[in-house]
Amino acid sequence: MRFLLRRLGFYAVAAWVSLTVNFYLPRLMPGDPASAIFARFQGRLRPEEIDSLRKAYGLSDAPLLEQYFNYLRSLSRGEFGISINFFPAQVTDVISTGFMWTILLAGLATVISFFLGNVLGIIGAWRRNGILDSVAPPLLTFIGAFPYFFLAMIALYFLAFQAGWFPLRHAYSDALSVDWGSLTFIKSVISHMILPASCIVLASIGGWMLGMRNTMVGILSEDYITMAQAKGLSQQRIMFSYAARNALLPNVTSFGMALGFVLSGSLLTEIIFAYPGLGYLLLQAVRNLDYPLMQGLFLMITFAVLGANLLVDILYVWLDPRTRR
Amino acid sequence: MQASPEKTLASKAAETSKTSRPWLAHWPLLRAFLRNRKAMLGVSIMFFFVMVALLAPWIAPGNPKKMESRAHLAPAWIADKPAPGGKTFLLGTTGQGQDVFRQLVWGSRLSLTVGLSVGIASTILGTIIGLTAGYLGGWVDDVLSLLTNVMLIIPGMPLLVILAAFLKPGPVTVVMVLTITGWAWPARVMRSQVLSLRAKDFIAASVVSGERTPRILFSEVLPNMSSVFVGSMVGSTVYAIGADVGLAFLGLTDVGTTSWGTMLYWAQNNAGILTGAWWTFVPVGICIALCAFALTMLNYALDEITNPRLRAEKETTHGKRSRANVLVTPVIRK
Repeated sequence: MRFLLRRLGFYAVAAWVSLTVNFYLPRLMPGDPASAIFARFQGRLRPEEIDSLRKAYGLSDAPLLEQYFNYLRSLSRGEFGISINFFPAQVTDVISTGFMWTILLAGLATVISFFLGNVLGIIGAWRRNGILDSVAPPLLTFIGAFPYFFLAMIALYFLAFQAGWFPLRHAYSDALSVDWGSLTFIKSVISHMILPASCIVLASIGGWMLGMRNTMVGILSEDYITMAQAKGLSQQRIMFSYAARNALLPNVTSFGMALGFVLSGSLLTEIIFAYPGLGYLLLQAVRNLDYPLMQGLFLMITFAVLGANLLVDILYVWLDPRTRR
Repeated sequence: MQASPEKTLASKAAETSKTSRPWLAHWPLLRAFLRNRKAMLGVSIMFFFVMVALLAPWIAPGNPKKMESRAHLAPAWIADKPAPGGKTFLLGTTGQGQDVFRQLVWGSRLSLTVGLSVGIASTILGTIIGLTAGYLGGWVDDVLSLLTNVMLIIPGMPLLVILAAFLKPGPVTVVMVLTITGWAWPARVMRSQVLSLRAKDFIAASVVSGERTPRILFSEVLPNMSSVFVGSMVGSTVYAIGADVGLAFLGLTDVGTTSWGTMLYWAQNNAGILTGAWWTFVPVGICIALCAFALTMLNYALDEITNPRLRAEKETTHGKRSRANVLVTPVIRK
């Protein structure tokens, strides 16, 4: 329990840091951010949009500290400001349209890649210098060296554009409307997801596999493994309950950091496939200099990653009895 | 190799004196490095790219941004379309009629410069923070470690995007932004290394003999971390090359410059995929991946050479006992 509380405190600090960075960054721009943004738009911005920008940044003549507390207050009410590109929609509303798709795509791909990578790592370490152990690590390292979105470009070009096996863009067929009850819709979602998801899996699986393999190799030389062998336990049991369970712990710990990385890659992958998730919104925001949307995305994605890490920590407590003390 | 270093080194020295490179006997690490296949693969690929970047004006003379005249191209390509590779243009032209090969060669300059600068800058920053945290301990360590872990957990790409968006676009901004987001990992690695070094006797000896803290840090601790330092520099460079490409791809760098990232940006913007112009993005991606792969191989090699555990593993697996420890235990046969 103490472990979880400590982690919770850490996430609170991380959230506070990102909130504060988000608050100060626009104020570091020379002059007042709203005017600076206005200048960048070269007059394409309507006056009410500037007003809303001012309001979104809480810009006033009040002292900085007061502005800061006003900012925190409006965030706690869920007000992230008004998007410029989708004026006059609230940033939160814009983000919520993409959130589900990113969670679906990146979440699923990450879970699959973590699971598969670890299983491959376990088998690779167990059959050391076997076919899997000698072929997979260098191959996956090479694939992992490609930028995520480049893999996506290649896959899109060869498998979707040339071969025509997969749909080219979007999360579901344009002819359908969102209806999670209908089988055709779900089928369409799945067929649109296969290619982007496999790109993310392919690019991220190598890290998990190598991490697992290297810890497994270390653990297999521990005395308690020899002891388990001497007791005549079944190989399956030694492999999974004795070695793999312990080797999994460092990988679970590094999951948190990797999550941010994988998410960054999958945001770019979404752009290639014009997948309507957060990555696509991020591109829209960058293209249109939609600062409130960019900042809202930064905060939302950070909070999502922190939340996911908390879930992983709960899993960790379940995996590692030592933390339950 | 690890069990009795003096003896093995002596025998290795005798061995090398037979070969033509006796001077290498004094540099066991360098020798191990030259013998390592992964290291050599990584070094040769990186050497190739660095040479290409340096010799760009001779390999592909001309301005990479120049729009080539389309008159000599086949009539089918006269329209505003990229042309595939051929005799005149080795790798074809882009949607704006620029020579892909020339762009690739010139683009390596900016991409490698950004990558290496970030690699060096973020490792130095990370080392300073990691050393301070690990050596001083106490509340300094608590604060710095907290900061490091916070930086590690905040997702990189969205943070990069808002940082880059609020600053003036350009290579300097990119290097700065990537350094700000990239120092945390080296700092963490350095800190744990310092913690393990601090417990060593020779550090205690210099503390007792009254040496000042900066001196202990820089002439006792730091030299013993050179492999970790180089390792995290290589790692940071890989990160920087990838992140730079990602930022450029989003259009957050100066897209008027020629780098591997902006090439991908233009390929995507001109719908290189959906017009079937694969040559506008495949060669670039392969170059990026080759660089990242080479640097990763270099890091694995460094790890193998300096980490006794991995070295021992390699030796046992290459020796008589080719199978894992557990598998030769006779009890398991059922």
